Formats: sequence, structure tokens, C-alpha cells
Amino acid sequence: MDILYKVFIEPFVFMGEAPDLLIQTLWEGLVSGVLYALIALGFVLIFKASGVFNFAQGIMVVFAALILVGLYEKGVPAFLALILAALAMLVLAVVVERVVLRPLVNQPDIILFMATFGLTYLLIGFGELIFGGNPREMITEALLLPQGTTEIDALGGSIRIQHLDVAAAVIASLMIGLLAVFFSKTRIGRALRAVADSHKAALSVGISLNQIWVIVWFAAGLVALVAGIMWGARSGVSFSLQIIALKALPVLILGGFTSIPGAIIGGLIIGVGEKLGEFYWGPLVGGGIETWLAYVIALLFLLYRPQGLFGEKIIERI
Amino acid sequence: MFYREAGQFKTNYVSDSAIFPLREDRIGIGLIIAAAYALAFLGNDFLLQAVMIPFLIFSLASIGLNILTGYTGLLSLGTGAFMGVGAYACYKLMTAFPDVNVIVWIFVSGFFSAAIGALFGLPSLRIKGFYLAVATLAAQFFLQWCFIRIPWLVNYNVSGALDAPLRTFFGVPIMGPNATPQTRYLLVLTIVILLTWLASNLVHGRIGRMWIAIRDMDLAAELMGIRPLQTKLLAFAVSSYYCGVAGALLVFLWYGGAEYDVFNINQSFFILFMVIIGGLGSLIGSFFGAALIFILPIVLGIVLPAVLSPFGISVGSDTIEHLRFMIVGALIIFFLIVEPHGLARLWQIGKQKLLVWPFPY
Repeated sequence: MDILYKVFIEPFVFMGEAPDLLIQTLWEGLVSGVLYALIALGFVLIFKASGVFNFAQGIMVVFAALILVGLYEKGVPAFLALILAALAMLVLAVVVERVVLRPLVNQPDIILFMATFGLTYLLIGFGELIFGGNPREMITEALLLPQGTTEIDALGGSIRIQHLDVAAAVIASLMIGLLAVFFSKTRIGRALRAVADSHKAALSVGISLNQIWVIVWFAAGLVALVAGIMWGARSGVSFSLQIIALKALPVLILGGFTSIPGAIIGGLIIGVGEKLGEFYWGPLVGGGIETWLAYVIALLFLLYRPQGLFGEKIIERI
Repeated sequence: MFYREAGQFKTNYVSDSAIFPLREDRIGIGLIIAAAYALAFLGNDFLLQAVMIPFLIFSLASIGLNILTGYTGLLSLGTGAFMGVGAYACYKLMTAFPDVNVIVWIFVSGFFSAAIGALFGLPSLRIKGFYLAVATLAAQFFLQWCFIRIPWLVNYNVSGALDAPLRTFFGVPIMGPNATPQTRYLLVLTIVILLTWLASNLVHGRIGRMWIAIRDMDLAAELMGIRPLQTKLLAFAVSSYYCGVAGALLVFLWYGGAEYDVFNINQSFFILFMVIIGGLGSLIGSFFGAALIFILPIVLGIVLPAVLSPFGISVGSDTIEHLRFMIVGALIIFFLIVEPHGLARLWQIGKQKLLVWPFPY
């Protein structure tokens, strides 16, 4: 009975006793959720338009951030470096479309998935060759990102809020809003949605698939750049960031591979669930459960809805 | 011309459904096995220890994953963790019962892995495709966490690492620091041949056909009377069995000792590479894939400095490492573009060409 008490009663009592800690944990969960969502967004963009599960999204985040920091260290002004990094992502998108996607049109999903694995290896080797394997500091000040913390006294305690986290949440929301407008209002956005619906039908009304792929890979590259800046500001720019990108996977399956709102809500659920679980239930089993809790949460949701929360309903026919 | 089926008549069902219906194939496989055994006495220690033993072990793991992904169509990213379960189970068993021969425990440890695999295979009934792949990541991270956090698994030793104790077989040391690469190679080779033979019988028989039916279309298979739950779970169990045995071999007959980190997510991806590059749904492809993915970086590490040095480019070992990453990545993409069905398909095309040579068809 003791273990039941510890699992089902004690954490909630503790939450009630120290509401400031609860709010703090929730806030941290929400922020990391937004950041997970940002990475997941890159996956969703590419998956929607080309059906490719782009494993290289994680390394694209690292790569974009490395280019930005590397250029700045060479003496390029920060905002020029930002533009150049975005251009580099455009070049990457064009090259990927030409060299990898075009010859592999119409292959099974798993083959394209593997191809993005090859791309990951290529980019890891290339990135380390040019920039070296040492972790770097993100240039938060030069990019005019706010720093410092505010402490709010509330609920019988104090809640620390990092300014950077607020900025991250605002920028991520802006980004998502822009993407939503882009998808629903512009000509290219409509073409993207058409391609997502059916490749063949889109081709038959004169939409160039190759062009669309370059555009989505570029858009995913831009999302990767923003994600790289935000993650880099929190935990430094290094190749280990790529592992964090794996965390975007449970977010994806929770929200559904094809849904942008799904990616955001999935990110928030995973972020909050993970932090709450680690803080309140983690000590019971010795801590460190953050590494797998996200996957288990996603798995539980999947058992209830196999296509994710907002994924397209799976209809099977013979 | 070199290789012909003319005059070889199949007069009964058994010979028609044989795995190697052609006499040339049977002679060929016999020669390959003989050569593999001869290598133990001809090859030097570096070749056996650094190339052949890991190649065989990774082939075995690839066969395991191929059964699940290639034959049953269930994508799994938890291979590394299932290998880990085998290794830890083997360690617990052989330290708890040191009197029983360790070869027995290597085979038995696979069953623990199979049980865990079947458990994590349960969601496969509802979840498919990439969703399932991410779900198996839960197994990967959860099991790896268990390896770190449960000291009972390593008998509470302080370093938290697995180490291979000295074990003998008829007085010859086969495990531990005294075992020569030669004896370990022979042991690994025998186990791999045995299990490959078993796997080829499984996939060519009724069970294999059930798996393939599920892969090709699970709804239709269900309508034909194949029970998806049992079939999928069996695939998970058999696949994990192979991975578990491979994991035990990896730690105790190759590394001689290892930490939990050996069974991380990269190991899972590594095995998946081998399966895809080798060819989904092909046992021989598993060997090809393991050879390419494992041996290629070793060869590159030797060849690259030799190629670059005449041009006056002397490169550091870390640059070689990065170039190796790049080349392996580029080759994966190249092979996928040239032959998306893997090296096994190239092998088939080659055999067909030999059969009809010198005519085009």
C-alpha cells in the first residue's frame, strides 16, 4: 500500500502544498514543449508535402546553428550571418531535391527514410569537418535576444522566468502563425496543400512537384534555423543537439504526422508531461526518467488513437 | 554457362521447395562455409578479431531485424535495446549458474530477449508504419534506462559494466581474457551458421509465409485466416531472440566487456542500415549489408590516408573520421538510388546474368 500512496497520493499533496513549484514546473514544461514543437514542425512540413519522414531534421537544426555561429566568429555581422545561414539552408534544399529526392521518386517510404539517414551522416561528417566537434556558445546578445531572469513572488513562493524562454515562446508562436497564414492564404501555400492531398492530382493541374519540394525543404530549413537558435541559446550549439531532436518524434506521433496544430499541442503535452513526471514521480524510481517518459506518454495516446491526436483517419481497404 | 539448371529435375515436392534447388548453389554454399572455417586457421588475429567476429555478430542481428522489418513489415528502432536484454540476461545467467556450459546460456538468453520483444510488440496490433517505429523507441529508451538504473543486472559491481568471466569448453577457454580470437571466431561462426539455417527454414516454411502475408497486406491475411496477433508477436519474439543472442555474443565474445552505452540508439540505427542496404526480406542480404556497413569504414580508415598522402595532404585521424562519416552517408544515398531493393537484388541480378551468359537472356 505504501507504494500506491507514494504514486497516487503524495505527489498531488506536494503539488497542493507548494503551488509555486507546480507553476514553475508547468512553465518550464510549456517552454520546452514549445521548443519540441518547433523541431516537430520541420518534420511535419516535409512529411505533409513529400511523404518523406525526414530524419535529417535534427542535424539540420545543428547545421543551421553552426553556420550562424561559425560565420559570426569569422567576423560577419550577426544579422548578415543570419541571412547567410538562411541562404545556406536554401542551397541545402536545392541540393537535396536534386541529388536525393528526384532520383528516388515513387520509392517506398522506408527507402526515402533511409536516404535521409544517409543525409544525416553526410551532414554530421561535413559539419564536423568544417566547424570541428567542439560545442559553441549561441550568439544570443548579438541577435538581440533578451537575457536575464525575472522573479515573480506569488503563491507563497517565487517563480523564476527566463526572458529567453519568453522570447522563445513568442518567436515560436509568431513562426507558427506565419506558417499558418502562408499555408492558407498564399498561392504557394495552396499548392503545398494540394501536393499534400495527392501528388498525382497536383501534378495533373500543373503544380511542379520539384519546386514544391525545394520550397518545403527550405521552409523546414528555416524552422530548423530558428529551432537551432533557440535550443542553442539554452544548451549550447553542439552535435549532441541532434539527440534532442529525437524528442520531436514522440511529439510527432502524438500530434499526428500530418498536422501542424497537432505538432504544437503534442509538443505542449509532451513538454509538460515530461517535466511533471520527472519532478514529481521521477525520484520514486531513481530519476532520469525524462529520457523515456515522452515515448511512453506518446505510446499510451497511440493505443487510444493510432493515427495521433490530429492525424488523418486511417482508412484501410483491400 | 557457368551455372545452369538444365538437367536438374525436381521430382518431388521436397526437392522443389528446397532452399538451394541448384547443385551449383549447394556446392557454392558448402565452399563458403568451408572457407569460413578455414579462415580461422589462415587469418591473422587482426582479421579475426576486428573484422570477422563483429561482421558475423552484426549479420546475426541483421537477420533478426530482417525477420521483423523485412519479412513481417514491422519497422523497429529498438534493436539495440533487445540486443542489450540478451547480453544482460546472459551475464546474469552465467554468473548465477557458473557450472552450466556458457554456450547453453548464450542460447537461453535469447529467450529473455524474445519475451521482452513480444511485450513491446503488443502495440503493433494497433499501430503501423512510422508510428510503430517511434513506439519501439519507447522500448529502446526505457530498456537502456533500466540497464543504467538497475544495479542488480550487473551484480552490483561498482563500474556498472559487463565483463566476460573465464569460461571453458572441454578445457579450452572460449570466453574471457584467455580465449584466443581463433576459438571465439569458431564459436561465433558455428552459432551464426546454426541460427541462419534455422532462420532460413523458418522464413521458407509456413510461418515465414504467414509473416510475408501480414507484410504484404495484413487485412487480407487476416481474412485468409492468419491471426495477426499471434503472427506479429511471433515475429517480434523470433526477431528479438536473434538480436538477444547477437547482443550476448557482441559483449562476451567480441568486446569481452561493455557498458550500457553499447546498446544505445545508434546501434539500432546501425543494424537498420545493414538490413536496408542489404535488402529487406533477404537473409543473404543481411550478410551483405553487415559487410558493407561494418567493413567499409574499416577499409576506408586504411585506404584514405594511403590515397591522400601521395598528394602531400597529410590528414589527422579526426579528419579521417569525418571523411568516413561523409563517405558512408554518401554511399548509403548512392546505393539507395542505384538499387533501392538492396545488395541482395544485385546478387540476384548477378546470378541471373551468370545463368544465361553469354546470351543476354
